[in-house]
Amino acid sequence: MAYSEKVIDHYNNPRNVGSLDKNSPDVGTGLVGAPECGDVMKLQIKVNKQGIIEDAKFKTFGCGSAIASSSLATEWVKGKTLEEALAIKNIDIVKELNLPPIKIHCSVLAEDAIKSAIADYKKKQAALEQQQLNR
Amino acid sequence: MKLPIYMDNHATTPVDPRVFEAMKPYFLEHFGNAASRNHVFGWQAEEAVELARQQIAQLIGATAKEIIFTSGATESNNLAIKGVAEMYKERGNHIITAVTEHKAVLDSCKRLEKYGYRVTYLPVDKYGLIDPDDVKRAITDKTILISIMTANNEIGVIQPIEEIGRIAREHSVLMHTDAVQAIGKIPFNVNSMNVDLVSLTAHKIYGPKGIGALYVRRKNPRVQLVPLIDGGGHERGMRSGTLNVPAIVGFGKAAEIAMAEMPQEAERLRRLRDRLRDGILEAIPEVYVNGHPTKRLPGNLNMSFAYVEGESLLMGIKDVAVSSGSACTSASLEPSYVLKALGLGEDLAHSSIRFGIGRFNTEEEIDFTIDQVVSAVTKLRELSPLWEMVQEGIDLKKVQWQTHH
Repeated sequence: MAYSEKVIDHYNNPRNVGSLDKNSPDVGTGLVGAPECGDVMKLQIKVNKQGIIEDAKFKTFGCGSAIASSSLATEWVKGKTLEEALAIKNIDIVKELNLPPIKIHCSVLAEDAIKSAIADYKKKQAALEQQQLNR
Repeated sequence: MKLPIYMDNHATTPVDPRVFEAMKPYFLEHFGNAASRNHVFGWQAEEAVELARQQIAQLIGATAKEIIFTSGATESNNLAIKGVAEMYKERGNHIITAVTEHKAVLDSCKRLEKYGYRVTYLPVDKYGLIDPDDVKRAITDKTILISIMTANNEIGVIQPIEEIGRIAREHSVLMHTDAVQAIGKIPFNVNSMNVDLVSLTAHKIYGPKGIGALYVRRKNPRVQLVPLIDGGGHERGMRSGTLNVPAIVGFGKAAEIAMAEMPQEAERLRRLRDRLRDGILEAIPEVYVNGHPTKRLPGNLNMSFAYVEGESLLMGIKDVAVSSGSACTSASLEPSYVLKALGLGEDLAHSSIRFGIGRFNTEEEIDFTIDQVVSAVTKLRELSPLWEMVQEGIDLKKVQWQTHH
């Protein structure tokens, strides 16, 4: 099975590889997948005061399509509001990377990673607000 | 050095130029049907087929009349298992095999189960070895056949066939072995190994694809089979169909070369394999060799690279053609059933690569492969959240993973 040029490009030059401080209140972390399924994605977002995702990083254990899907996801969420980022659908990733049917689960995982990172950020913010109320 | 490098010789091998030369005349000049008894075209073809039969028989210590040509080892395995099952159904309905057999054996057995046969699938130990005592314990008065491969196609482990064959003989049970990966790589003799049926193929020993053989013992005991393919009664009635003369000639030549060169070639392959293994093990941590340390084919190396997924690793070493133990490339997304049978966790099974070193690989290619593997694994670990977590001291077994499939 041949990979699309875009998948190969993301594999050879993955965008935004790395980690943000997962304990920082303005960072949301999504960790999805499982080693025994052959793919695990960690996607992190850093959200500024205006609610814009100003940075995103990822690390992925998985096939080339999984690496490309998460690499693309970090590119797409940057500069978006949380609402806009939540609107990214796996099918958009499938189209952009020309993923074959057996690799669609990679795009699903990337969408889940975005949602999970945003949920983590929101949870942290809610906890912070709660703390301030209690003070 | 020419790229890409072919290092997947368990899947198939290139045709040896000497084999190709031997085959050539049988396409254009000596194109006769080996079954034509009335003219020189037929005689020449028959003579060539009989020489090949002799060459193949010699490689396994058999006689020429015991070699039945087939389309390949898948057919040979089907013929051995289904042919025996049907022929000896009055005597019993039980077959013994192992979980790590090739699909051609396993699926033939599964088919027979649908028709009322009973099949025991023996487990293997962490090296992939079968315990002959397990075979002995599995035998009942209904057992008609034991089918155990000589060497495994993924991890190259070599089974104690001689001993299992002796047990089979003591219990008057027929013994079949799929010897596709072993023939021409390690010494093999049907008599000292106590086997009655042996599946062979040409394309794993530098012969052409589409031609295989089944050894069927003629004496002590005389093995009989119900054919899968009916017709003109070729091959002692066990396999009808016009013989593929050029391919048979190539198979014979390949067997002759394998026989003559095996000792030196096995030694050379073992040296290259050890060089590849040691080169990788010395350069990167957390790499595991799957299979047995010594009881394995000389050209086989199967490794798991922890925290790196196999398919992405294949992408990273794109100039070297090898095979991933995880079948992520197929629709199943299942890691190798052979590696799982060794008790390897699914995470490591997903991280495995099979290297198959062959006759035409060079030391330069081995060194190039080491460099490629080391740099790809290093890069992918930088990219791996699992590697990062392990470096932070997190126990991956205790993480609550969010699984989706």
